[in-house]
Amino acid sequence: MNETKGFWNPYVAGIALGLVLLASFFLTGRGLGASGTFKHVAAVVAHEADPTWAEENRNIGPFFADPRRSSLDEWIVWLSLGAALGGAAAVFTARRFRIETVMGPRATREGRWVLAIAGGVLAGLGAQIARGCTSGQALTGGAQLALGSWIFMFSVFGGAYALAWFVRKQWI
Amino acid sequence: MPGPLTQALSLSHPAEMMIALLVGFGFGWVLERAGFGRSDNLAAIFYGRDFRVLRVMFTAIATAMLGLYSLDLTGILPLPSIGILDTYTGGQLAGGLLVGAGFIVGGWCPGTSIVGLVSGKIDALLFIAGLVVGSLAFTMGADSFAPLQDSGAKGRVLLHEFFRVPSGVMVLAVALFAVGAFWAVGKIERAVRAGRPARAPVEQEERLGTPPAAGVAQGGKP
Repeated sequence: MNETKGFWNPYVAGIALGLVLLASFFLTGRGLGASGTFKHVAAVVAHEADPTWAEENRNIGPFFADPRRSSLDEWIVWLSLGAALGGAAAVFTARRFRIETVMGPRATREGRWVLAIAGGVLAGLGAQIARGCTSGQALTGGAQLALGSWIFMFSVFGGAYALAWFVRKQWI
Repeated sequence: MPGPLTQALSLSHPAEMMIALLVGFGFGWVLERAGFGRSDNLAAIFYGRDFRVLRVMFTAIATAMLGLYSLDLTGILPLPSIGILDTYTGGQLAGGLLVGAGFIVGGWCPGTSIVGLVSGKIDALLFIAGLVVGSLAFTMGADSFAPLQDSGAKGRVLLHEFFRVPSGVMVLAVALFAVGAFWAVGKIERAVRAGRPARAPVEQEERLGTPPAAGVAQGGKP
Protein backbone atom coordinates (compact mmCIF):
# COMPACT_ATOMS: atom_id res chain seq x y z
CA MET A 1 0.00 0.00 0.00
CA ASN A 2 2.97 2.22 0.46
CA GLU A 3 4.30 1.49 -2.98
CA THR A 4 2.99 4.75 -4.36
CA LYS A 5 6.52 5.53 -5.45
CA GLY A 6 6.69 5.79 -9.19
CA PHE A 7 2.96 6.19 -9.69
CA TRP A 8 1.54 9.41 -11.01
CA ASN A 9 -0.02 12.01 -8.79
CA PRO A 10 -3.70 10.92 -8.65
CA TYR A 11 -5.00 14.25 -9.97
CA VAL A 12 -2.60 14.12 -12.92
CA ALA A 13 -3.64 10.52 -13.60
CA GLY A 14 -7.28 11.57 -13.33
CA ILE A 15 -6.88 14.37 -15.86
CA ALA A 16 -5.06 11.97 -18.22
CA LEU A 17 -7.81 9.37 -17.82
CA GLY A 18 -10.46 12.04 -18.41
CA LEU A 19 -8.71 13.12 -21.61
CA VAL A 20 -8.55 9.51 -22.85
CA LEU A 21 -12.28 9.22 -22.16
CA LEU A 22 -12.97 12.52 -23.92
CA ALA A 23 -10.88 11.43 -26.91
CA SER A 24 -12.91 8.22 -27.03
CA PHE A 25 -16.17 10.20 -27.12
CA PHE A 26 -14.83 12.49 -29.81
CA LEU A 27 -13.30 9.77 -31.98
CA THR A 28 -15.84 6.96 -31.72
CA GLY A 29 -18.90 8.36 -29.95
CA ARG A 30 -18.43 5.79 -27.20
CA GLY A 31 -16.81 5.90 -23.80
CA LEU A 32 -14.54 3.35 -22.17
CA GLY A 33 -15.42 -0.11 -20.91
CA ALA A 34 -14.19 -3.58 -20.06
CA SER A 35 -16.90 -5.93 -18.80
CA GLY A 36 -18.33 -6.34 -22.31
CA THR A 37 -15.13 -8.09 -23.31
CA PHE A 38 -15.63 -10.78 -20.68
CA LYS A 39 -19.21 -11.17 -21.86
CA HIS A 40 -17.81 -11.81 -25.35
CA VAL A 41 -15.29 -14.34 -24.00
CA ALA A 42 -18.10 -16.09 -22.10
CA ALA A 43 -20.14 -16.08 -25.32
CA VAL A 44 -17.33 -17.83 -27.19
CA VAL A 45 -17.18 -20.49 -24.46
CA ALA A 46 -20.95 -20.98 -24.66
CA HIS A 47 -20.85 -21.09 -28.45
CA GLU A 48 -18.12 -23.75 -28.41
CA ALA A 49 -20.23 -25.85 -26.05
CA ASP A 50 -23.55 -25.44 -27.87
CA PRO A 51 -23.71 -23.20 -30.97
CA THR A 52 -27.49 -23.38 -31.38
CA TRP A 53 -28.15 -22.53 -27.75
CA ALA A 54 -25.73 -19.61 -27.87
CA GLU A 55 -27.21 -18.22 -31.09
CA GLU A 56 -30.71 -18.33 -29.61
CA ASN A 57 -29.69 -16.81 -26.26
CA ARG A 58 -31.14 -13.34 -25.69
CA ASN A 59 -27.96 -12.05 -24.07
CA ILE A 60 -25.33 -13.26 -26.55
CA GLY A 61 -27.31 -14.36 -29.61
CA PRO A 62 -26.80 -11.05 -31.43
CA PHE A 63 -23.01 -11.59 -31.30
CA PHE A 64 -23.36 -14.45 -33.78
CA ALA A 65 -25.78 -12.72 -36.16
CA ASP A 66 -23.09 -12.09 -38.80
CA PRO A 67 -21.45 -15.40 -39.70
CA ARG A 68 -18.75 -13.65 -41.77
CA ARG A 69 -17.36 -11.83 -38.77
CA SER A 70 -15.86 -13.25 -35.60
CA SER A 71 -17.96 -12.54 -32.53
CA LEU A 72 -14.77 -11.16 -30.98
CA ASP A 73 -14.28 -8.57 -33.72
CA GLU A 74 -16.03 -5.95 -31.64
CA TRP A 75 -15.22 -2.43 -30.43
CA ILE A 76 -15.10 -3.41 -26.75
CA VAL A 77 -12.77 -6.36 -27.38
CA TRP A 78 -10.33 -4.21 -29.35
CA LEU A 79 -10.48 -1.59 -26.63
CA SER A 80 -9.56 -4.17 -23.99
CA LEU A 81 -6.81 -5.56 -26.17
CA GLY A 82 -5.44 -2.02 -26.42
CA ALA A 83 -5.73 -1.65 -22.63
CA ALA A 84 -3.71 -4.84 -22.17
CA LEU A 85 -1.02 -3.56 -24.57
CA GLY A 86 -0.97 -0.09 -23.00
CA GLY A 87 -0.86 -1.53 -19.49
CA ALA A 88 1.95 -3.88 -20.47
CA ALA A 89 3.92 -1.05 -22.11
CA ALA A 90 3.51 1.05 -18.95
CA VAL A 91 4.40 -1.71 -16.50
CA PHE A 92 7.48 -2.82 -18.41
CA THR A 93 8.83 0.67 -18.99
CA ALA A 94 8.37 1.37 -15.26
CA ARG A 95 10.08 -1.98 -14.47
CA ARG A 96 7.18 -2.97 -12.26
CA PHE A 97 6.23 -6.28 -13.89
CA ARG A 98 6.29 -9.01 -11.29
CA ILE A 99 4.49 -12.36 -11.06
CA GLU A 100 2.93 -12.31 -7.60
CA THR A 101 -0.26 -12.44 -5.59
CA VAL A 102 -0.97 -9.08 -4.00
CA MET A 103 -2.52 -9.25 -0.52
CA GLY A 104 -2.43 -7.79 2.97
CA PRO A 105 -0.02 -8.91 5.71
CA ARG A 106 -2.57 -11.18 7.41
CA ALA A 107 -3.88 -12.92 4.27
CA THR A 108 -2.99 -16.36 2.97
CA ARG A 109 -2.25 -16.87 -0.68
CA GLU A 110 -4.81 -19.64 -1.12
CA GLY A 111 -7.51 -17.64 0.61
CA ARG A 112 -6.75 -14.67 -1.59
CA TRP A 113 -7.00 -16.87 -4.70
CA VAL A 114 -10.41 -18.24 -3.70
CA LEU A 115 -11.74 -14.75 -2.96
CA ALA A 116 -10.28 -13.36 -6.20
CA ILE A 117 -12.32 -15.91 -8.16
CA ALA A 118 -15.42 -15.31 -6.01
CA GLY A 119 -15.09 -11.55 -6.45
CA GLY A 120 -14.75 -12.01 -10.20
CA VAL A 121 -17.96 -14.05 -10.34
CA LEU A 122 -19.86 -11.38 -8.36
CA ALA A 123 -18.49 -8.54 -10.47
CA GLY A 124 -19.09 -10.43 -13.73
CA LEU A 125 -22.70 -11.05 -12.81
CA GLY A 126 -23.18 -7.52 -11.46
CA ALA A 127 -21.70 -5.85 -14.54
CA GLN A 128 -24.12 -7.76 -16.74
CA ILE A 129 -27.12 -6.76 -14.62
CA ALA A 130 -25.96 -3.11 -14.57
CA ARG A 131 -25.00 -3.08 -18.29
CA GLY A 132 -21.43 -2.06 -17.51
CA CYS A 133 -18.71 -1.81 -14.92
CA THR A 134 -16.69 0.88 -13.23
CA SER A 135 -15.41 2.09 -16.61
CA GLY A 136 -18.43 1.39 -18.82
CA GLN A 137 -20.95 2.86 -16.39
CA ALA A 138 -19.34 4.93 -13.63
CA LEU A 139 -16.67 6.67 -15.72
CA THR A 140 -18.42 6.88 -19.09
CA GLY A 141 -21.95 7.59 -17.86
CA GLY A 142 -20.63 9.64 -14.95
CA ALA A 143 -19.00 12.11 -17.35
CA GLN A 144 -22.14 12.17 -19.51
CA LEU A 145 -24.13 12.94 -16.33
CA ALA A 146 -26.37 9.93 -16.96
CA LEU A 147 -28.60 9.42 -13.92
CA GLY A 148 -28.35 5.61 -13.87
CA SER A 149 -24.55 5.68 -14.03
CA TRP A 150 -24.40 7.88 -10.92
CA ILE A 151 -26.76 5.49 -9.14
CA PHE A 152 -24.42 2.69 -10.22
CA MET A 153 -21.33 4.50 -8.92
CA PHE A 154 -22.77 5.14 -5.45
CA SER A 155 -24.05 1.58 -5.45
CA VAL A 156 -20.54 0.23 -6.14
CA PHE A 157 -19.09 2.24 -3.26
CA GLY A 158 -22.00 1.13 -1.05
CA GLY A 159 -21.55 -2.55 -1.85
CA ALA A 160 -17.80 -2.43 -1.30
CA TYR A 161 -17.89 -0.45 1.96
CA ALA A 162 -20.65 -2.74 3.29
CA LEU A 163 -18.44 -5.80 2.88
CA ALA A 164 -15.03 -4.24 3.61
CA TRP A 165 -15.08 -5.14 7.31
CA PHE A 166 -15.78 -8.81 6.59
CA VAL A 167 -12.80 -9.25 4.28
CA ARG A 168 -10.43 -6.89 6.11
CA LYS A 169 -7.93 -9.65 6.84
CA GLN A 170 -7.30 -9.92 3.12
CA TRP A 171 -6.12 -6.34 2.90
CA ILE A 172 -5.04 -4.82 6.21
CA MET B 1 -19.88 17.79 -39.98
CA PRO B 2 -20.41 17.63 -36.23
CA GLY B 3 -20.36 14.28 -34.47
CA PRO B 4 -17.84 11.59 -33.62
CA LEU B 5 -14.98 11.27 -36.09
CA THR B 6 -15.75 7.69 -37.12
CA GLN B 7 -19.28 8.74 -38.13
CA ALA B 8 -18.30 12.05 -39.68
CA LEU B 9 -15.73 10.32 -41.89
CA SER B 10 -17.82 7.13 -42.31
CA LEU B 11 -14.77 5.07 -41.38
CA SER B 12 -14.72 1.35 -42.18
CA HIS B 13 -15.08 -1.27 -39.46
CA PRO B 14 -11.35 -2.16 -39.38
CA ALA B 15 -10.35 1.52 -39.17
CA GLU B 16 -12.80 2.02 -36.31
CA MET B 17 -11.39 -1.02 -34.50
CA MET B 18 -7.85 0.34 -34.85
CA ILE B 19 -9.00 3.57 -33.20
CA ALA B 20 -10.52 1.49 -30.37
CA LEU B 21 -7.18 -0.30 -29.99
CA LEU B 22 -5.39 3.04 -29.78
CA VAL B 23 -7.83 4.51 -27.24
CA GLY B 24 -7.52 1.28 -25.25
CA PHE B 25 -3.75 1.65 -25.24
CA GLY B 26 -4.06 5.07 -23.62
CA PHE B 27 -6.61 3.69 -21.16
CA GLY B 28 -4.34 0.83 -20.07
CA TRP B 29 -1.28 3.05 -19.89
CA VAL B 30 -2.97 5.60 -17.62
CA LEU B 31 -4.53 2.95 -15.36
CA GLU B 32 -1.12 1.37 -14.81
CA ARG B 33 0.60 4.70 -14.14
CA ALA B 34 -2.21 5.60 -11.72
CA GLY B 35 -1.22 2.55 -9.67
CA PHE B 36 -4.26 0.47 -10.58
CA GLY B 37 -2.25 -2.58 -11.61
CA ARG B 38 -2.08 -3.55 -7.91
CA SER B 39 -5.16 -4.69 -6.00
CA ASP B 40 -3.89 -3.33 -2.65
CA ASN B 41 -3.80 0.18 -4.14
CA LEU B 42 -7.42 -0.31 -5.19
CA ALA B 43 -8.72 -1.87 -1.97
CA ALA B 44 -7.05 0.81 0.20
CA ILE B 45 -9.94 3.21 -0.45
CA PHE B 46 -12.37 0.93 1.37
CA TYR B 47 -10.31 1.11 4.57
CA GLY B 48 -9.98 4.88 4.46
CA ARG B 49 -6.21 4.74 4.07
CA ASP B 50 -5.66 5.93 0.54
CA PHE B 51 -8.37 7.51 -1.58
CA ARG B 52 -6.29 7.38 -4.76
CA VAL B 53 -9.12 5.52 -6.55
CA LEU B 54 -11.65 8.24 -5.74
CA ARG B 55 -9.25 11.05 -6.64
CA VAL B 56 -8.40 9.56 -10.03
CA MET B 57 -11.99 8.64 -10.79
CA PHE B 58 -13.63 11.92 -9.83
CA THR B 59 -10.91 13.96 -11.55
CA ALA B 60 -11.38 11.88 -14.70
CA ILE B 61 -15.16 12.28 -14.60
CA ALA B 62 -14.90 16.04 -14.02
CA THR B 63 -12.32 16.46 -16.81
CA ALA B 64 -14.28 14.46 -19.37
CA MET B 65 -17.54 16.10 -18.30
CA LEU B 66 -16.15 19.62 -18.73
CA GLY B 67 -14.75 18.66 -22.13
CA LEU B 68 -17.89 16.90 -23.27
CA TYR B 69 -20.27 19.69 -22.25
CA SER B 70 -17.95 22.31 -23.80
CA LEU B 71 -17.90 20.37 -27.07
CA ASP B 72 -21.69 20.16 -26.89
CA LEU B 73 -22.01 23.88 -26.22
CA THR B 74 -19.78 24.80 -29.16
CA GLY B 75 -21.63 22.40 -31.45
CA ILE B 76 -18.48 20.44 -32.26
CA LEU B 77 -19.82 17.26 -30.68
CA PRO B 78 -23.53 17.52 -29.86
CA LEU B 79 -24.47 15.25 -26.96
CA PRO B 80 -27.18 13.39 -28.90
CA SER B 81 -24.53 12.34 -31.46
CA ILE B 82 -22.74 10.12 -28.93
CA GLY B 83 -23.99 7.02 -27.14
CA ILE B 84 -25.57 8.38 -23.96
CA LEU B 85 -26.17 5.59 -21.46
CA ASP B 86 -29.77 4.79 -20.60
CA THR B 87 -31.01 4.66 -17.04
CA TYR B 88 -32.34 1.50 -15.43
CA THR B 89 -32.54 2.51 -11.78
CA GLY B 90 -33.18 -1.00 -10.40
CA GLY B 91 -30.73 -2.83 -12.63
CA GLN B 92 -27.95 -0.33 -12.05
CA LEU B 93 -28.54 -0.26 -8.29
CA ALA B 94 -28.49 -4.05 -7.95
CA GLY B 95 -25.65 -4.54 -10.43
CA GLY B 96 -23.63 -1.82 -8.76
CA LEU B 97 -23.92 -3.51 -5.36
CA LEU B 98 -22.65 -6.76 -6.88
CA VAL B 99 -19.78 -5.05 -8.70
CA GLY B 100 -18.87 -3.29 -5.43
CA ALA B 101 -18.99 -6.59 -3.55
CA GLY B 102 -16.80 -8.17 -6.21
CA PHE B 103 -14.43 -5.21 -5.97
CA ILE B 104 -13.68 -5.58 -2.25
CA VAL B 105 -13.83 -9.39 -2.19
CA GLY B 106 -11.74 -9.88 -5.32
CA GLY B 107 -9.65 -6.70 -5.26
CA TRP B 108 -10.37 -5.62 -8.82
CA CYS B 109 -12.97 -4.23 -11.18
CA PRO B 110 -13.10 -5.53 -14.76
CA GLY B 111 -11.00 -2.74 -16.34
CA THR B 112 -8.23 -2.72 -13.77
CA SER B 113 -8.01 -6.52 -13.78
CA ILE B 114 -6.80 -6.35 -17.40
CA VAL B 115 -3.94 -4.09 -16.32
CA GLY B 116 -3.32 -6.33 -13.30
CA LEU B 117 -3.08 -9.35 -15.58
CA VAL B 118 -0.40 -7.79 -17.77
CA SER B 119 1.40 -6.62 -14.60
CA GLY B 120 1.84 -10.28 -13.65
CA LYS B 121 -0.70 -10.40 -10.83
CA ILE B 122 -2.05 -13.90 -10.22
CA ASP B 123 -5.04 -12.49 -8.32
CA ALA B 124 -6.00 -10.52 -11.47
CA LEU B 125 -5.84 -13.66 -13.62
CA LEU B 126 -8.14 -15.50 -11.19
CA PHE B 127 -10.49 -12.52 -10.95
CA ILE B 128 -10.78 -12.55 -14.76
CA ALA B 129 -11.58 -16.27 -14.69
CA GLY B 130 -14.33 -15.38 -12.23
CA LEU B 131 -15.58 -12.58 -14.50
CA VAL B 132 -16.02 -15.03 -17.36
CA VAL B 133 -17.86 -17.47 -15.07
CA GLY B 134 -20.10 -14.67 -13.77
CA SER B 135 -20.87 -13.47 -17.30
CA LEU B 136 -21.61 -17.04 -18.32
CA ALA B 137 -23.91 -17.48 -15.32
CA PHE B 138 -25.82 -14.36 -16.34
CA THR B 139 -26.05 -15.57 -19.93
CA MET B 140 -27.38 -18.96 -18.84
CA GLY B 141 -29.99 -17.33 -16.67
CA ALA B 142 -30.60 -14.38 -19.01
CA ASP B 143 -34.37 -14.88 -19.05
CA SER B 144 -34.54 -14.95 -15.25
CA PHE B 145 -32.22 -11.94 -14.82
CA ALA B 146 -33.95 -9.82 -17.49
CA PRO B 147 -36.67 -8.39 -15.17
CA LEU B 148 -34.01 -7.24 -12.69
CA GLN B 149 -31.75 -5.90 -15.42
CA ASP B 150 -34.61 -3.93 -16.98
CA SER B 151 -36.22 -2.74 -13.76
CA GLY B 152 -36.62 1.00 -13.48
CA ALA B 153 -36.08 1.56 -17.23
CA LYS B 154 -36.29 5.30 -17.83
CA GLY B 155 -34.46 5.75 -21.11
CA ARG B 156 -32.06 8.67 -21.42
CA VAL B 157 -32.13 10.75 -18.24
CA LEU B 158 -29.35 13.23 -17.53
CA LEU B 159 -28.78 14.57 -14.03
CA HIS B 160 -29.78 18.11 -14.93
CA GLU B 161 -33.00 16.83 -16.48
CA PHE B 162 -33.72 14.86 -13.32
CA PHE B 163 -33.02 17.82 -11.01
CA ARG B 164 -34.65 20.28 -13.48
CA VAL B 165 -31.71 22.69 -13.62
CA PRO B 166 -29.74 24.07 -16.59
CA SER B 167 -26.92 21.78 -17.70
CA GLY B 168 -24.31 24.42 -16.82
CA VAL B 169 -25.51 24.48 -13.22
CA MET B 170 -25.28 20.69 -13.01
CA VAL B 171 -21.78 20.63 -14.49
CA LEU B 172 -20.68 23.20 -11.92
CA ALA B 173 -22.40 21.28 -9.10
CA VAL B 174 -20.66 18.02 -10.05
CA ALA B 175 -17.29 19.77 -10.29
CA LEU B 176 -17.83 21.30 -6.82
CA PHE B 177 -18.99 17.92 -5.50
CA ALA B 178 -15.69 16.44 -6.71
CA VAL B 179 -13.64 19.18 -5.05
CA GLY B 180 -15.64 18.74 -1.83
CA ALA B 181 -15.00 15.00 -1.95
CA PHE B 182 -11.24 15.58 -2.35
CA TRP B 183 -11.26 17.82 0.70
CA ALA B 184 -13.32 15.34 2.74
CA VAL B 185 -11.24 12.26 1.89
CA GLY B 186 -8.05 14.15 2.77
CA LYS B 187 -9.45 14.69 6.26
CA ILE B 188 -10.52 11.04 6.54
CA GLU B 189 -7.07 9.83 5.47
CA ARG B 190 -5.34 11.98 8.06
CA ALA B 191 -7.74 10.78 10.77
CA VAL B 192 -7.31 7.11 9.84
CA ARG B 193 -3.54 7.35 9.59
CA ALA B 194 -3.29 9.21 12.91
CA GLY B 195 -5.53 6.59 14.53
CA ARG B 196 -3.34 3.64 13.67
CA PRO B 197 -2.39 1.64 15.75
CA ALA B 198 -5.39 1.74 18.05
CA ARG B 199 -3.73 3.61 20.94
CA ALA B 200 -2.09 6.15 18.68
CA PRO B 201 -4.43 9.12 19.32
CA VAL B 202 -3.04 9.35 22.88
CA GLU B 203 0.51 8.91 21.67
CA GLN B 204 -0.09 11.52 19.02
CA GLU B 205 -1.30 14.00 21.59
CA GLU B 206 1.67 13.28 23.79
CA ARG B 207 4.01 13.69 20.91
CA LEU B 208 2.40 16.95 19.91
CA GLY B 209 2.01 18.32 23.42
CA THR B 210 4.85 17.03 25.55
CA PRO B 211 8.13 17.12 23.65
CA PRO B 212 8.98 20.75 24.39
CA ALA B 213 8.13 20.25 28.07
CA ALA B 214 10.08 16.98 28.11
CA GLY B 215 12.99 18.77 26.49
CA VAL B 216 12.91 21.43 29.13
CA ALA B 217 12.63 18.83 31.87
CA GLN B 218 15.54 16.89 30.44
CA GLY B 219 17.51 20.02 29.99
CA GLY B 220 16.78 21.08 33.56
CA LYS B 221 17.56 17.81 35.28
CA PRO B 222 21.32 17.54 34.89
